[in-house]
Amino acid sequence: MAKKDAIEVEGTVIEPLPNTMFAVELENGHRVLAHISGKLRMNFIRILPGDRVRVELSPYDLTRGRITYRLK
Amino acid sequence: MITRRSQAEIARMRSAGRVVAEVLALMEETIRPGVSTAELDRLAERHIRASGAVPSFLDYVGNRRYDKRDPNRYRASTCISIDHEIVHGIPGDRELRAGQIVSVDVGAILDGYHGDGARTFVVGGREAASPAALALIDTTRLALMAGIGAAVPGNHVEDIGAAVEDIALAAGYGIVRGYGGHGIGTSMHEDPSVLNYRTNRRGAKLEPGMCLAIEPMLVVGAEDTMTLPDHWTVVTVDGSLSAHFEHTIAITADGPDILTRIP
Repeated sequence: MAKKDAIEVEGTVIEPLPNTMFAVELENGHRVLAHISGKLRMNFIRILPGDRVRVELSPYDLTRGRITYRLK
Repeated sequence: MITRRSQAEIARMRSAGRVVAEVLALMEETIRPGVSTAELDRLAERHIRASGAVPSFLDYVGNRRYDKRDPNRYRASTCISIDHEIVHGIPGDRELRAGQIVSVDVGAILDGYHGDGARTFVVGGREAASPAALALIDTTRLALMAGIGAAVPGNHVEDIGAAVEDIALAAGYGIVRGYGGHGIGTSMHEDPSVLNYRTNRRGAKLEPGMCLAIEPMLVVGAEDTMTLPDHWTVVTVDGSLSAHFEHTIAITADGPDILTRIP
């Protein structure tokens, strides 16, 4: 049986939302609500609107994601 | 952490893999127009149990857990997916029709060790299939063998996905994301995830003793998938055809050893 896996996609941060959440627009046009991963927080990496980021989407809810990397 | 198995353990996985291969051979002989998917599943279950093994899909709920009382648990021994269904089709009353492409995924546990394999068939034989369907099936099988070929000590997990991706993209097919292969041993799904595409993360280094299930899923059209309300069946959103092949392999110093076969 195939193993379900979180999908990694790239997108652009549109705007910051309360509680360090971000609205991110993905390459396929979908908008998702994303939070910052702990690793980014620990290393004090700031995310600003306009940044291109890598987002991990849960198979259970494709409208929510986790920002796992900020691309240069 | 990826478990490395001893020769004795791999021998047990070879036995489990053999049961899986025998079921797939049975499927090949039995699949024809008019057969229902439930009949195929019953046949598979009978053979698995007659071999002293247990179906590994029964009562699975996902996320490496089994639960006999979960209403959404998987209740069959095989996944049977037709045409635009990619994986996890639930066996039922549907009767097969000539020209359909059907992928059967089987899992068995023998002596505590797992085997997991899948093959896509054409109902009515290759002559009954459209050229497009045949090309998809043949390329998916090739992608699996390419992925297996990359499973050698010294390579990394991602090299398997890279090999599959190269075959798929060269032929113009889409690759299903969100589902992929996996480590396998004393449970069905173990580390690592063996995706069918590059991710710019190499993954762990492959070493002898590691056992993996490699399973490319290719689609003719767009890669978008969705899960049906039955909680399991994964389909292409645009309704285009999909093929699936899977082998369980052991990595050895001399290269990959396919366990899901009849010696």
